[in-house]
Amino acid sequence: MSAAVEELLEGVSICVCVGSGGVGKTTTAAAIAAGMAARGHRVAVLTIDPAKRLADSLGLEELGNDERRVDPALFERAGVDPGGGELWATMLDVKATFDDVVARHAPDEESKRRILENRIYRRLSGTLAGSQEYMAMERLYEIHERGEYDLVVLDTPPSRNALDFLDAPRRLVQFIEGRAIRLFLRPAGLGMRVAGRGFAIVSSLLRRLTGLDLIEDLSEFFTATSGMIGGFRERATRVEALLGGDETAFLIVCGPAGEPVEEAAFLREKLRDADLPFGGLIVNRIHTVEPPLAADPAELSEAVAAALDDADLAERVLASYADARALAESDARNIDRLAERIGPSPLLQVPELGDEVHDLSGLLALSPYLFGRPTRP
Amino acid sequence: MRECPIADLLDKRLAFVTGKGGVGKTTVAYALGLAAAAAGKRAIVCEIAAQERGSRIFGRSPIGFHETRVSQGLWAISIDPERTIREYLEVQMPMRSMAAILARSNLFGYLTAATPGLQEMVSMGKVWELTLNERKSPDAERTYDIVIVDAPATGHGIAFLQTPHEFRDLARVGPLAHQAGRIERTLADPTATGVAIVARGEEMAVNEAIALERSLAGPDAGTRFEIDRFYVNCLYPDRLSGPERKLIERVVKRSANESARAAEPALRAALEEATRAAAQREQLERLREQVAGPVAELPFLFAPGLGPEQLSRLAGVLT
Repeated sequence: MSAAVEELLEGVSICVCVGSGGVGKTTTAAAIAAGMAARGHRVAVLTIDPAKRLADSLGLEELGNDERRVDPALFERAGVDPGGGELWATMLDVKATFDDVVARHAPDEESKRRILENRIYRRLSGTLAGSQEYMAMERLYEIHERGEYDLVVLDTPPSRNALDFLDAPRRLVQFIEGRAIRLFLRPAGLGMRVAGRGFAIVSSLLRRLTGLDLIEDLSEFFTATSGMIGGFRERATRVEALLGGDETAFLIVCGPAGEPVEEAAFLREKLRDADLPFGGLIVNRIHTVEPPLAADPAELSEAVAAALDDADLAERVLASYADARALAESDARNIDRLAERIGPSPLLQVPELGDEVHDLSGLLALSPYLFGRPTRP
Repeated sequence: MRECPIADLLDKRLAFVTGKGGVGKTTVAYALGLAAAAAGKRAIVCEIAAQERGSRIFGRSPIGFHETRVSQGLWAISIDPERTIREYLEVQMPMRSMAAILARSNLFGYLTAATPGLQEMVSMGKVWELTLNERKSPDAERTYDIVIVDAPATGHGIAFLQTPHEFRDLARVGPLAHQAGRIERTLADPTATGVAIVARGEEMAVNEAIALERSLAGPDAGTRFEIDRFYVNCLYPDRLSGPERKLIERVVKRSANESARAAEPALRAALEEATRAAAQREQLERLREQVAGPVAELPFLFAPGLGPEQLSRLAGVLT
């Protein structure tokens, strides 16, 4: 089923691009945002790790967690009049976002300082799997909440397992809640003491194993965060509701090779299981080739040999064409298989365009495939 | 194609494969494994991720946390930090039954997740254990000549390789800190440990490969790694010379008669491939100019999928 992004995003104010690493998610997210802006919408794109040239060309060379408006002159230079449309872009800064979250939820300066300096928190905000995903969601929510844009497009972190993204907020909130542990940190009653002894054993075992004594850090972390749990939980619930609501559409981005197709189909299943709104599928970098005009291979060989008047060169050209056709056929078969697997859903196909997309004009050049027509006033 | 012997890399006990996401790290790791096996070595590929790919490549049931033979002379294992911690406790701790109970408790899982670097550390510990001549894990009946690690992508890959150093810095006592010290010595020994970085002939992948070398081999690295090999994957064949491209362009423009028109789809396809090949080679040359390690080329495989046959083709090119 073919469709155009603008129709898919009708009535949608949040568009989340998901998919495994290396399939062009960042470019797709930016191209969708640029195309929507060119159609008169006020759009913000939240990218995770854009190619430097693309980031530079969008004016993202400076670090910072705020959205920056992409220079309207760039649209003009690309021959596009966006009307009232605006394109804003920002790069995710995980640590800064997490620090903002803490600052927002901390009941006072002292707790804020204690959390920001805590070893457990630093692990949490730095390296713990899921932090990037959670903070991407957090930023998305915060930008959406301000209500300054018609549409916010989110590029998701390059995790090998694209599903981490869906589970991360809940997992992280559970971690911060730390129900299993808070129990032990309360003043012990009779029942608690037994549990407390279990804690002592586990933590002493861990200490013997790792040489790290985390009891103090843990207890400080949980004491300092206890005033914030309600805020975190409420926020996570609201983020979840927003992502699961009518205002949101998840687009799955994948490549045309066998394995990405498998992953996309798997991801579609997971979105269904998680009851998240699936908007459609974008297959990127599809190998295409013109079909032969010649009636049969012999005629083609003759035509090429005649046109080039060089048998050796003709042979190489034919080998190249044969490889290109085999590749295009294999991609087409994979896409058919994918379409079958995901059922009747919108499916957009973007051909391999050779060079990498590295500026606004390049992003807008993807419009014919994503929007069904070129971006022109 | 340039000749690129990898004897040196395959002569090591431990080889890490990293690079940008989606460039083909897993493919290269398994191709290296096949190349090692073809050279008569016993090799094992360790996947450090929840979603292992070896089972799909070799068309078999999930590999999981078991040393599984996938081909002649080649084994694979998917390293799961939680299972590794449990194994570690059972092997290292004097009170195995208790350790087993604790390892299963929610509280323990919670604490291990909160402990900085612990999951990475035990994963690295497991990788290292596989390189030993006297294995410690309970079901270890064999030893390997080479352990090839399909390491996490760029940023996490660096963190993973620096884990023993960081951990030793953080925790100065205890069996894990002691082990971290031993592992770090192995990693820092270039005769024992090698690193391969995979890229593609694309701007981002090349940028990440350059940054990776700077970070791993640079003066600020906790443990320093020389890069043994860069692999630029999925390179289109360079079938046409510059003058040949120009000739074909002229022919396409002229498009004189019906016979010439019949040739056009093939001519345009060949031109398109040549344009892509040239763009890739530009990135390849940029990588060559900016890194110290040797750069090898891997061909684009015009194949519908990746299986043992395609891997063998790559393994053949690797050596």
